[in-house]
Formats: sequence, C-alpha cells, structure tokens
Amino acid sequence: MREIIRNLIRLLLFLFIEVFVLHKMPHLHRFISPSLYFLFLLWLPFSVSPRFLLWIGLATGLVIDYFLQSPGLHASACLWLCFLRPFLIGVLAPRESSEFNYREPSPQSLLWAPYLIYVTILTLVHHTWLTFLEWLSFGSFGDFLIKVFASTAISLLMIIPIELLFPRSLRFRTNVGG
Amino acid sequence: MRNVILFIGRYLTFFTFLFLQIVSLWFLYSFNQFHQARFSQTANELTGAVNKRYKNFENFFLQGEENRRLHRVNDSLLNLLSQQVATTDTSSRLVTDTLLIDSTRQYRRYYFRPASVVFNSTSSEKNYIQLDRGSLHGITENMSVLNADGSAVGIVVHVSPHFAQVMSLLHVRQKVNVSLQQTGDFGTLEWDGKDPGLLLLKGLPKSVPVKMGDPVVASKYSYNFPPGYPVGTIAEIIIDKSTNFYLLKVKPAARFNNLQYVFVVENLQYAEQTTLDQETRKKIEDAKRSSR
Repeated sequence: MREIIRNLIRLLLFLFIEVFVLHKMPHLHRFISPSLYFLFLLWLPFSVSPRFLLWIGLATGLVIDYFLQSPGLHASACLWLCFLRPFLIGVLAPRESSEFNYREPSPQSLLWAPYLIYVTILTLVHHTWLTFLEWLSFGSFGDFLIKVFASTAISLLMIIPIELLFPRSLRFRTNVGG
Repeated sequence: MRNVILFIGRYLTFFTFLFLQIVSLWFLYSFNQFHQARFSQTANELTGAVNKRYKNFENFFLQGEENRRLHRVNDSLLNLLSQQVATTDTSSRLVTDTLLIDSTRQYRRYYFRPASVVFNSTSSEKNYIQLDRGSLHGITENMSVLNADGSAVGIVVHVSPHFAQVMSLLHVRQKVNVSLQQTGDFGTLEWDGKDPGLLLLKGLPKSVPVKMGDPVVASKYSYNFPPGYPVGTIAEIIIDKSTNFYLLKVKPAARFNNLQYVFVVENLQYAEQTTLDQETRKKIEDAKRSSR
C-alpha cells in the first residue's frame, strides 16, 4: 500500500515537472527536447510483473499525452521502455543479492556502472522511438539522429544529478512483513 | 492447436506488448477521427481544468507584460473612436435611392470574443493551444485566434463544452492566406517545424518588390482571419533561382511563448462563403462530367 502511494506521488511529481516545467520553458534548441517523466517507469519496484508493467507504461504515456496533446506518442515510447526493462534488469542485476534486498532499481541496488548502462539504454530507446514517430511524418534523417542523441544527452544530464541529489532510501526488504 | 495456445501462453508478455503498441499507434495515427470521440472530450475537459489552475497561478507573475500590451491595444482602439474623427462634408445632398437593395446598409462581418490561454507549447512540431472558452461560449471550429495586440495566433480546430483547441501558426500542417501590407499580393504562410521564431511565406511571385522588414498581414482572401491584422515582418529573403517564387522567412508578430489573453474571431459569413465555394466547385465539376 505504502509502495503504491509512494509511486503515485512520484508519478504526479514527474507529470508536473514534465508538463509545466520542461514543456513550458523556452526552447533550448530545436534539436533538444528534454524529458524526465520516464524516470518514473525506471524507478518502479522490481516486484512489478512484466505484463503489469506494460499497462502502467501505457497509462503513464497516455496521461502525459493528453496533457501534451499528442495521444499515443509517449504511450508508444513508454511501452518499448517497459517491454525492455525486465530484460535489462535480468542482465545487469547482480544475481544473488539485489532483487531480494532492494525494492527498486537505483545506483545502490544495481551499483553505479550497471545502473548507468540501464538508464542510458532505456533513455536512448525512449527518445529514439519518440523521435522516430515524429520523423515518420516529418523531417530529415540527419535531424532525426542529432535530435535523438542531443535529447538523450540532455536527459541523462538531468537524471544523473537527480540520482546524486536525491538518493532513494535504501530500505532492505525483510522476510517479516512488507 | 494446443501448441498454439502454449506458444501464446509462453510469450503472453510479448503479445500484450504488441497489442498495446498497436493500440497506442492507432491513437496516434487516427488522432483526428479519434479526437472527435467522447473519450477525448472528457480528457480535454480534465486536462483543461488542471491547465486552467496552473495558468491562474502563472498569470500572477506575468501581469506586467500583459498590462503593457493591453495598454497598447487600448491606445490604438481609442484612436478609432468616432468622436476622434470630424466630418467636414458640407457638399452632400440627399438622393432618393431607387434601388431595391440598400447598398448603404452595413453588416457585421467579424465578431470578437475574448478568451484566455490555458495551455500552450512551442517546442513540438505540432503545437496546439488550449483556450478556456468552448462550445458553451459560442466557439466553433475554424474561428481564427488573435493575440491581445491583434497579431495572428492560429485557428480553432476542436472544441469541447468549456475548452477549445487551437492549431497554432507553429504547426507543420497550418496554412494561412496572408498578404504584404504594402502591395496586397498574397501568399501562403506555413511553418517547417524548425525555428519557432521564423515562419515561411511561400507562393509570392518574384515580380513583387519585397524588402526586409516589410509587414505581412492577414489577407483579404482568408476565410478565417479578419483582413489587415498583423502576422509578422519579413526577416529573410531567400531567392531560389529554380522557381518564380520567393521563399520568405517571416518573424511572427505574436510572441508564442507568452500568450495569455487572446481574441477568438468569428467570421459571420464563414458558412456561407465555404458552402458557396464547395457548391461552385461541385456545379462546375458536374457540368464538366455531363458535357462529356
């Protein structure tokens, strides 16, 4: 229950930042559109089943979409992210300890290097798909590549300080109670 | 058969993914049709309510700028008052009008409604603006939207009871008929989705003299925009040797980053004009077909 409320508050916070801060602020450059909300999906607990994760991804994407008036665009990118997440965690998580000791992916639970790989790959996937869908209806291939890498870089540049500034509490999950 | 079921069961997550991906892409590509649906109208009302709250908060910090702009408009409107103009016409005489049609009668062509912006973006290639007035306030599709100082902003594309969505000039599908203020020659205003500070003016023949800084206004031939309202100024002239037309870059007069109060302008003859246009086309097409 606490877990659910925590994540809901997180979602609202990310939604607010995405819609009213990142989307409102003056355009940095036409190639750079930073976004941060997908961090919510990256931070979801290990215990969420892959199939449920997909539904959460769709819902998150649609909520963002209806605020940014592009139904389906972010939802589609979120689905990719949620689909690939379990595989990446499977590959990167240290086998014996983390999944049982930690609640959710974080630099502490996955260790810094694997966590950065995890974040970088999923950010890249998210931005690639988002830009790809935009590019299909419009634009050139050069623009597409630059936009993907510029947006990914700027998003990572925001994510890393966030991880450093707000270390999430490292509570161990014990066998007694939840 | 059993194998098929086993196969699906084994890859259920993948199939869920595939199914949801199709659903979201369907949302994306049937945007226009889907947008008419009830669901989206409810969503529109919900996001509109949140956006309105936020905007109220934001407006508190931006009032100074808006006040200056309103002051400018008031200034220009005061100059239009009839009491500022004196008639010195002493040579007029009364003529009995035998025509059946009273040609001196005036009629109203445009009706202005004030609205405030609750959502706005300039960072995407397809920018929409949301207003806090909807069908309950008499807003319908195809009305044009002007900024507080009269500069063109966009065209209403969809309405719900309390909110209206405006396709901004910064939208790659937007096409507006505009003309040069000096000469009256018209062209089409578009946007290439690149720089929100520059619009494109196409279709203006090279025989027309154009200078940097020339004002561009809404054309008399536009069905949506009232003529003569500013759209922007020429910022760059690109001469393409291969065509007979200029490619002009236009700096928009409205500051899209900073829209607060706007006017929604209704062309009261819009329905008549467009139906006449369509019927004419149909009539001519039919005549062609029957003569063959």
